[in-house]
Amino acid sequence: MLATTDSVELARRIRVHVLRMTNRARASHVGTCLSAADILAVLYAKVLRVRADQPDWADRDRFVQSKGHGGAALYAVLAERGFFPRDWLGKYCEDNSPLAGHVSHRGVPGVEASTGSLGHGLSLACGMALGARSAGRGARAVALLSDGEMDEGSTWEAFLLAGHHRIENLFAVIDYNKIQSFGRTDDVLSLEPLAGKLSAFGWNVTEVNGHDHQALAGAFEPRNGRPTVVIAHTVKGKGVSFMEDRLEWHYKSPSADELERGLRELGEPL
Amino acid sequence: MRKAATDAIYELAKTDPRIVFVGSDLGAGTMDKFRKEMPERFFMEGVSEQNIIGMAAGLAMDGFIPYVNTIATFLTRRCYEQVAVDLCLHNLPVRLIATGGGVVYAPLGPTHLAIEDLAIMRALPNMTVTAPTDAPEARRLVMSTVDLPGPLYVRIAKGGDPVVSRDEDGFQVGKAILLRQPKDVLFVGIGVTVNRCLAAADQLAAQGIGAGVLNMHTLKPLDEAGLLSAAKGVRAIVTVEEHTLMGGLGSAVGDVLLRRLGRTAPDLITLGIPDVFPEKYGSQDALMKHFGLQPTQIAEAAVRVLSAPVGAAA
Repeated sequence: MLATTDSVELARRIRVHVLRMTNRARASHVGTCLSAADILAVLYAKVLRVRADQPDWADRDRFVQSKGHGGAALYAVLAERGFFPRDWLGKYCEDNSPLAGHVSHRGVPGVEASTGSLGHGLSLACGMALGARSAGRGARAVALLSDGEMDEGSTWEAFLLAGHHRIENLFAVIDYNKIQSFGRTDDVLSLEPLAGKLSAFGWNVTEVNGHDHQALAGAFEPRNGRPTVVIAHTVKGKGVSFMEDRLEWHYKSPSADELERGLRELGEPL
Repeated sequence: MRKAATDAIYELAKTDPRIVFVGSDLGAGTMDKFRKEMPERFFMEGVSEQNIIGMAAGLAMDGFIPYVNTIATFLTRRCYEQVAVDLCLHNLPVRLIATGGGVVYAPLGPTHLAIEDLAIMRALPNMTVTAPTDAPEARRLVMSTVDLPGPLYVRIAKGGDPVVSRDEDGFQVGKAILLRQPKDVLFVGIGVTVNRCLAAADQLAAQGIGAGVLNMHTLKPLDEAGLLSAAKGVRAIVTVEEHTLMGGLGSAVGDVLLRRLGRTAPDLITLGIPDVFPEKYGSQDALMKHFGLQPTQIAEAAVRVLSAPVGAAA
C-alpha cells in the first residue's frame, strides 16, 4: 500500500489498523481511537510540520497525545506517515514490542512523549511551546486531550499558565466525544460550559465538528497572541456503526466477527 | 544554602544558554538579577507544581536544562507522578532544587516537613539524589550539574548551617567524602547531619574513641566503594539522617553492608526519624533533638554500640 497524503483516506486507514490491532491484542479503547482518527489524520496530513525521515528535526512542530489510552491510533498514523514500518502495528501490545498499549516513546520514532496517566500532556506542550518561543523557533506545540482528562486539575493549571503567558504557538485539541469510562461526561463530571471556561482562561476557542477535515485543518494558525483550543465535537467509535456513541467500546475489544463487520463498513477488503 | 545554590544557577546561566530557571511563586525578589538579565529564561509560575514539572519536562525535551526551585515537600509529594513520568521515564536533565528539606520548616508544622523526600526520590529510576551539607558544598554541587545525565534532586537545608566541607576535597556527584578517618566507629551523614556527626566525633575523641565521618552527600547513586573503604576495620557504623528511617540513608547503607559484607559487616545503627508524622513543632534543632539527632545523642549511640557485645547492635 502506498503512503497517502489524503487525510480522508488516512483516517480510514487509521480506523482499519485500530480495529485490527485491538482485535489481535484483545485491547481496549477502540472507541477513543476511532473518535480521534480524523483529528490525527488531519494533523499528520495537513497541519504538523514533521519529517518522518528525520523525527528529531529541531524545528519540527511538537505533538503530544495526552490521551495516552488512544495509543493504537497514534501508532497507526505514524506508521502510515512512514515513521516506522507498518508491520510493527501487528505486534501492538505483544511481548517485547515497542508499541505498548498506551503511548510509549521509547524506541518509537515520532512519539514525543509517553503518556497514559491523564493530565500530563498539556503541561509538556506548554514547555515545548515556551522553549520554541524562547529559542526564537517558529515551531508549534499541539496537545490532544480527552474530555475525561479535563477532570484533572493539572490540565487546568496548564490552561491557566498558557493563557497567562499568551503562548500563541500552543494548541490544544479536545476530543470531545462526551463519553468517559463510567458514563457520559455530563453525568460523571460535567465540563459545560466548556467553551466559555476556556475563553475565560485567555484562550482562542474554536469549536468544530471533529470529523470535518476542512474545519479541523483551518484551526491551527496562531492568532491574537493567545493559545488556541480546538473543541472537536466527536462521536466515540466513529466510523463503525455499532460502536458509535456506545459506552461499552471504551473498554471492549472487537471479536473476530465484529472486526469483520467493522472492516466491511470501512470498505476494507477482508 | 539556597542563595548559594541559586547564585550558582545564575552563574551557570550567564555562560550557558540552555539553562532556564523555573520557580513556583517564590518569595518576592527571588533571583532578581536572573530575571532582569535573562528574562526569556526565567519562569516564575503560579502555585502549580504538577504543571511546572510538566512544563520543565517540555523545556528539557526542547534542549533546555531547567533548574526548578520550590519548597521540598511541594516539589516531591505534590507532583510525584509528574516527576516519575515526565522527568524520570523520559530521563530528562531537569534539576529539582528543593528548599527546606528535612525538618527545616519545623516552626510551620507537619504539612511543611519533607522527611521522606530522599526515599521517594530514590525509588524512581534515573533519578540522582543529593543533599549537600553546607552552602559552599551546595555551590560546588550545582556548579557540577550542567552535563549530569537525567534528573537530579538537590535537598537544600535551612541556611546558615555550620560550614564543614572543604574546598580541597572537591566535589563529585556520587563520590562520598571522608572528612575524618575512622578507627573504632564510622559516622555516615547526609545533608546537615554531617556537621552533627563531626561534633559527635569531637566528643568521642575526648573519650579516646576514634570516630570517622563520611559525608554521603549523594544518596543515589550510593558510593558503595567509598563506603566499604571507609568502613574497613571499624567495629560499628552509625548512619545519621534528618529523614524517615524508611528508605533513606540508613536503609541504603544497610543494604550495601548486607549485600557486600554479609556476616562480616560491622554492626550498624541507623539514626533518623521513626515512622511517624512528627507531632512536635518549634525549631529545627528542637525537633532534631527530639529524634536523637544532635551531637551528644549521636555520640551516645556510638558508645552504646561499642560497649555492647559484637553483633548485638540495633
